[in-house]
This record gives sequence, structure tokens and C-alpha cells, in this order.
Amino acid sequence: MGNPMKIRAASKDGVTEIKVLMSHEMETGQRKDANGATIPAWFINEVTAKLDGKTVMQAQWGPSISKNPYLAFKVKGGKAGDKVTVTWVDNKGDTRTDEAMVT
Amino acid sequence: MRTQQFERRQVLTFLGALAAAGFVVPRAAFANWDKAAFEAKTVDDALKALGAGTPASSGDVQIIASDIAENGAVVPVQAVSKLPNTERIAIMVEKNPNMLAAAFDIGPETIPEVTARIKMGQTSNVLVVVKADGKFYSAAKEIKVTLGGCGG
Amino acid sequence: MDRVSMGLAAFLAAAAAAATAAYAQQKDKAQEGIEAYREALQDGNPAELFEATGEELWKTPAGPKNASLEGCDLGLGAGVVKGAYAQLPRYFKDTDKVQDLESRLLTCISTLQGKDTKPYIDSAFGTPPKEEMNALAAFLSGQAKGTPIDVTPKHPKEQAMYELGKRMFYFQGGPYDFACATCHGQEGQRIRMQDLPYIPGNTGAAAGWSSWPAYRVSAGQMWSMQWRLNDCFRQQRFPEPVYASDATIALSMYMAATASGATMKTPGIKR
Repeated sequence: MGNPMKIRAASKDGVTEIKVLMSHEMETGQRKDANGATIPAWFINEVTAKLDGKTVMQAQWGPSISKNPYLAFKVKGGKAGDKVTVTWVDNKGDTRTDEAMVT
Repeated sequence: MRTQQFERRQVLTFLGALAAAGFVVPRAAFANWDKAAFEAKTVDDALKALGAGTPASSGDVQIIASDIAENGAVVPVQAVSKLPNTERIAIMVEKNPNMLAAAFDIGPETIPEVTARIKMGQTSNVLVVVKADGKFYSAAKEIKVTLGGCGG
Repeated sequence: MDRVSMGLAAFLAAAAAAATAAYAQQKDKAQEGIEAYREALQDGNPAELFEATGEELWKTPAGPKNASLEGCDLGLGAGVVKGAYAQLPRYFKDTDKVQDLESRLLTCISTLQGKDTKPYIDSAFGTPPKEEMNALAAFLSGQAKGTPIDVTPKHPKEQAMYELGKRMFYFQGGPYDFACATCHGQEGQRIRMQDLPYIPGNTGAAAGWSSWPAYRVSAGQMWSMQWRLNDCFRQQRFPEPVYASDATIALSMYMAATASGATMKTPGIKR
């Protein structure tokens, strides 16, 4: 259960733009610590976004996505008051879901 | 490479048998996540794993990003597909050890463009591969990565 | 000089001019690229994640007195956070000193919450408990976003701090004989790809003072202004300043006063 995401969703001219900022280390597994030991890979590998209960985006990620990932996309339709839900799962099996209201 | 694939198949079969026998398989190991694609070491292998073969270069696949990234840790990239019936958009960084950065499944109501931030280990071509109407298309853009200076 | 030599000289001069112009154009294209990159980063600043953590730290009771920081006076009255960051550093009657944001937070952490401030001062930047200051700085600076920087040294102690800060800015020391002015005391300087703002001028001072605290993408860390100053000292090969010491407040006073009038853009995002 990581730190909360920041989700912003706004509807305009029949298009809802969804922007998400997630809090995650996104460790590649390439880095070594001070003792020379490899820091294990730890990254979000699945993201699911729902608008008004319907899945609108599913993504598979690798560790080449930046730390504290940002994601933005647009959906046709949607209106103020609709609910946006975003879920991420990481390679350790940890998961987080946050929601926000479309403005 | 061949040996690795064979071993992987053995492991998958064994674990598959375990699963069939009712043993619990950790979710993290067998998520929807396309391991072969994400662990590919060459662009060709990643494309093969994605089922893309040799995608056709297309002007309808656009990469909107600055030509220079002030730092490779965070490089904003907007991948756009102007092709009808776009189902999937993938972003790859040719010179990264983890070459496939992301693959997005575009729902029918979702506009086929996505903005993400990727890590780039060095100046490299960024490839966007699009699956539309069952066929694959791609575009490439070189993004220069400067070594962060002492200032700022 | 005969006609051939003159012609040759003219040709060489023209070639040199063209080469310089071409070089200048190259530099502009790189500059444009960097600016486009910075623009693209503005939307969706991971500092917002730290602002949320900072707000929680501000509102959650803690310490032996089990109190939140909501009673803290940042200069505009107890608990008033909106715009307060844009008026710091300033003189505070209760402590009889000029304080910046982080030194003021230490005061409140001690008096309101009853916590010992030594761990905050001694721990390394980015480690607990000092890392809480980054989140608090992100939150509180965000509450001043869009407001004008309003720092005018009036109280004699504020004026003394300003003068001290200015002297420190030009003070050369350390094994390289660097001063802040070495990097920031002339217009148009840069280190590799980063332009160095001219701090003695309003625009340059504002470039720095209005954009820190900031999220540093290269490190994936939230840096407070004290952290940024500490790193400057390190780059100058100066001895490490004590966290929130008068030396750091004096420099902050000099920069903030010089930047006065410009708009706060915090929290920022940097390479």
C-alpha cells in the first residue's frame, strides 16, 4: 500500500483528460548500493484506469518508466462528477488504488 | 538466448503443472505482464515478443518530445497515433538495458495518444510502436540526453 | 597590404563571422530544446506528492506535546499559511531573530510539539527526520504559489542580515577561492548546460528564489532551499554550514530581498 496518487481529471468539449502522478521508486535493478550489492528491481508493472466504472486504459510498464511516474491520456465522453479510479500493481505484488472526481 | 528460452519454458511448464495441481502461484510472477517483451535485449526481440514483427514506418505515428533532455532520469514523451482502430501503443528506448518502457492498451473510447515520462540512460532513438487494425506501425525519434551539469 | 591579402583577410573575417553565427545558432537550438524540455516537465510536478505529505505533517499532532504545527506563526499570524513563504525571511519578535522557513519550522517543532530539534539539524538531507522538512517546505511554499515575493529589510536585524548576506555572497574562500559571486556574480554565465542566474539583479535573484524548494528529477528528490544552499557550499568546497544557521539565513535574506517583487513559482521542478 504505497503513497497516495494525485489524480486530476477535467472534462471539456466532450473529452475527459486524465492526469496521474504516482509515488513509486521504479527501481531498475541495474543500480548497486554502497557495498556493491545490486539493488533489486522494484517497479510498477501494471496500471488500470477506469472512468465511470469502465476500464479505459490498461498499461504494462517496465522499469524504464521514470521514478514517481506521470501518465496523461484522454477519453471520449465523460462529464463532471464522474469517478476516475486508477490502480497500480508492482512487481512485488503491492498495489494501490486511488480515485478522483472529474471536474 | 535459446538456452534461456528453453529454461523459461521448462519453468513455466513446471509451475503450470503446480498451478494445475492446486498449488498457489504468486500473482506477481504471473501477472498479465509480458515478461518476454520487457526482458528483451534487442529491439528485434522486443518487437517479436510483442508480435509486431517488422512494423511499417508510418507518419501517422508521432513522437512529441523535446530534442534534448536536460536529464535522462525523466524524459517526457507523448506518443500519438493518428491511425484508426488503434489498439496498442508501445514505447521503446533503443539503448536502454530495459528497452521496452511501456505498452498501453487503448480502450475503444480512449483517444490513441498517451504521455509518459521515461528514463533514458544515454542519447538514443525512442521508438513508438502502434498496433492498429491488427497491423503494426512505428516511428522513431532521436532524443539527446545531456549529462546534468553542476548548476541548476 | 596588397589586394590578394586584403581579399584573403576579408574572406577569413567573413568565414569567422559565419562560423560564430553558426555556433551561436547551434547554441540557441540547444537552448530551445532545453527550454522545451523544462516546459514539458511543468505539468505534473512530483513535488505535489511531497506537498500532500507536508500538509499531513503540518496537521498531524506529534511530539511530547502531541500538537500539530497548525499553531505555528510563519509571520502572518498563527496558522496562516497562505502566502507566508513569500514573506520569509523576516524578523520574529518571539525569538528576537531573523528566520527563514526552515529555522521557523524548527522553532515551532520545538515550542509547539516539544520535540528535540537536534536530530533535525544533525541528520543528513533526505534522511529522517530532516526529510520531513522537504515535505513541509513543499507544502508551505506551494501555499505561496502565485503571490509576489515581499521581503523588504526594515527591522534593524533584517537590515543587518541583508548586509551580512551580501558580504557573504562576495566572500571568496575555500581551496578554490570561490565565492557565490564566482558563479552568480556576472550576467550570461553557465556551467555545462545550466544557465547561472545573476543573483545581484532582481531577475536573477528571482529565478533562484522563486523556484526553490524544487523537485530534482535527476535525484528523484524534493529539495528545500536549505538543501540547495548546502549544496552550493559543497560545490564551492566550503565547510558545511550548520542547518538553518544565521549564515544560511543571511544569504537567504540577501537573495529574497533582491528578488522582491517577482512572483513565487514554488514548488519548482528542476533537472
